Amino acid sequence: MSVLVYTESEQGAFKKTALEVASYAKAIANELGTTVTALAINANDTNALGAYGTDKVLNVKNTQLDAFNANAYAEVIKQAAESEGAKVIVVSSSADSKYLAPLLAVGLNAGYVSNVVEVPSNTNPFIVKRSAFTNKAFERTQINTEVKIVGVSNNSFGLVESAGSASAEDFTPSIPDLGITVESVDKATDKVTIADAEIVVSAGRGLKGPENWGMIEELADVLGAATACSKPVSDLGWRPHSEHVGQTGKPVASNLYIAIGISGAIQHLAGINASKVKVVINTDTEAPFFKAADYGVVGDAFQVVPELIEKLKAFKAQQ
Amino acid sequence: MKILVCISHVPDTTSKINFTEGDTKFDTNGVQFVINPNDEFGLTRAMWFKEKQGANVTVVNVGGAETEPTLRKALAIGADAAIRVNTPAVDGFSVAKQLANVVKDGAYDLVIAGRESIDYNGGMVPGVLAGLLQANFVTNCISLEIDGVSVKATREIDGGKESVTTTLPLVIGGQKGLVEESDLRIPNMRGIMMARKKPLTVVEPIDTDVETTSVSFEKPAPKGAVTLVSSDNLDELVSLLHNEAKVI
Ligand SMILES: Cc1cc2nc3c(=O)[nH]c(=O)nc-3n(C[C@H](O)[C@H](O)[C@H](O)COP(=O)(O)OP(=O)(O)OC[C@H]3O[C@@H](n4cnc5c(N)ncnc54)[C@H](O)[C@@H]3O)c2cc1C
Ligand SMILES: Nc1ncnc2c1ncn2[C@@H]1O[C@H](COP(=O)(O)O)[C@@H](O)[C@H]1O
Repeated sequence: MSVLVYTESEQGAFKKTALEVASYAKAIANELGTTVTALAINANDTNALGAYGTDKVLNVKNTQLDAFNANAYAEVIKQAAESEGAKVIVVSSSADSKYLAPLLAVGLNAGYVSNVVEVPSNTNPFIVKRSAFTNKAFERTQINTEVKIVGVSNNSFGLVESAGSASAEDFTPSIPDLGITVESVDKATDKVTIADAEIVVSAGRGLKGPENWGMIEELADVLGAATACSKPVSDLGWRPHSEHVGQTGKPVASNLYIAIGISGAIQHLAGINASKVKVVINTDTEAPFFKAADYGVVGDAFQVVPELIEKLKAFKAQQ
Repeated sequence: MKILVCISHVPDTTSKINFTEGDTKFDTNGVQFVINPNDEFGLTRAMWFKEKQGANVTVVNVGGAETEPTLRKALAIGADAAIRVNTPAVDGFSVAKQLANVVKDGAYDLVIAGRESIDYNGGMVPGVLAGLLQANFVTNCISLEIDGVSVKATREIDGGKESVTTTLPLVIGGQKGLVEESDLRIPNMRGIMMARKKPLTVVEPIDTDVETTSVSFEKPAPKGAVTLVSSDNLDELVSLLHNEAKVI
């Protein structure tokens, strides 16, 4: 009956989102008066989950699962849910979790709700609040099925520590046909991804050309941030598509979003609105972004950004 | 190759989002509806398969008669035929069930859907459809090539991309990258005229469960005014971000 949470890892280490979904699972388990079981696939330090409320970890070690495969991972989570008799399954909003969740939903005849931003306001009936219309609104959705899958929106719940330790158990699932073979992965391992970043530094057409991105990358470096851009910047080929954020690009839900030379079109704002604190740097006081931002600097990026980098370096040195 | 492109009919990206009936229904008043942008990339890629590889392309929507102009637009862009399953789209699961029935009936080899619809952002229809059909599935798909039944695709992952191989039958969740923005087509006069003569078949729904029910909507709390910091006092910005916002 416990709540099952799928805790993602990368090269053996839990991702930050894993600790967030574990925290979330603990909160639901408290409401339901039950315990939390985590499923970890090829993770090393499964003890880490105890500090976020997990009671038991099911450890899967299998080289067939070294590369992510949505079918296989969904099937493994399904078997874990069945063996635990779990009625609530919690997953993150990472690209991989969003990929496997609908397949898991079919496997378990479970209702799945994505982009959930809070613990259920009610568990009988089971009603969750999710973001919809690309952050322009929230929707309350009731899950009618006996087994329920909750996809938690990144950075919406945060990490909640709770004293405790998790027991570990080996879990040996049977692996289905993969269906899909990964031929190659092209991923910068030294960069923070937009999905995981606490801070995102984003720039727009106001930067005039791709040759001017040096200072954006430097600012991101100083802050340990991911870099992002507006749609025209990726359409023009100044930056890769993977950096395009907004309604038709990636969603951003960071703690801090810094927009430089971005006007703040409705489609851009829609995608980044879930960020907690927004800063705009723009020469034009009339730019719509000033209405959406918490802090604003009216000024020329080519002057403001290098100076801000110096100030931040000085601040970091003091810390 | 028979391709089915799933089209969701969504409010234009500039739409103001409002609700009616005690915040339980999306207010369509004054809202322009368009082909979901992710589906438009998929439809355009399907046109490439039609023109270069002789594929036959059908578009489908699960929805009421109000979605027909959107389907006609897809026909004007070049799809060969359209199907509308005559029932309101109430949840991702039931929509996927209806679509699975259409796929089985028409024996499609490839189903192109979007990564997510920009209205409800469910991101579940293509995956559930693939699960129901026991077909292969690639989402966040940014490139797709097909040779016989062999498929090469690229999927966007967090922080990069992944190249995969698989086989038909296949369902994809597409997005920008499948084709570029500049490849998108605006229907021309000839396309619009031809679209009028193409078949738009209305089929009745099958019985299905509804797994999730929308209860109500709310808008985010209004935001306070921006705090302006002078460009020659950036120390203050750093201090505000540290002491007030507590984000650095
Ligand atoms: C269907 C559809 C979907 C879309 N989806 C997205 C999306 O997902 N994401 C997205 O971003 N856009 C999207 N757009 C595009 C959106 O409407 C805007 O065109 C786009 O966001 C504008 O990008 P920008 O702010 O970089 O450029 P601009 O609007 O050209 O703004 C540049 C800004 O830079 C400022 N500036 C100029 N020089 C300087 C300087 N030296 N220092 C500081 N500031 C300076 C200017 O004052 C201006 O405000 C979409 C549009 C459509 C129609
Ligand atoms: N009512 C519908 N009719 C046809 N296709 C749909 C419908 N709803 C969703 N889809 C398809 O599924 C994709 C993902 O939608 P969603 O799961 O609602 O985010 C869309 O981009 C469409 O391709």
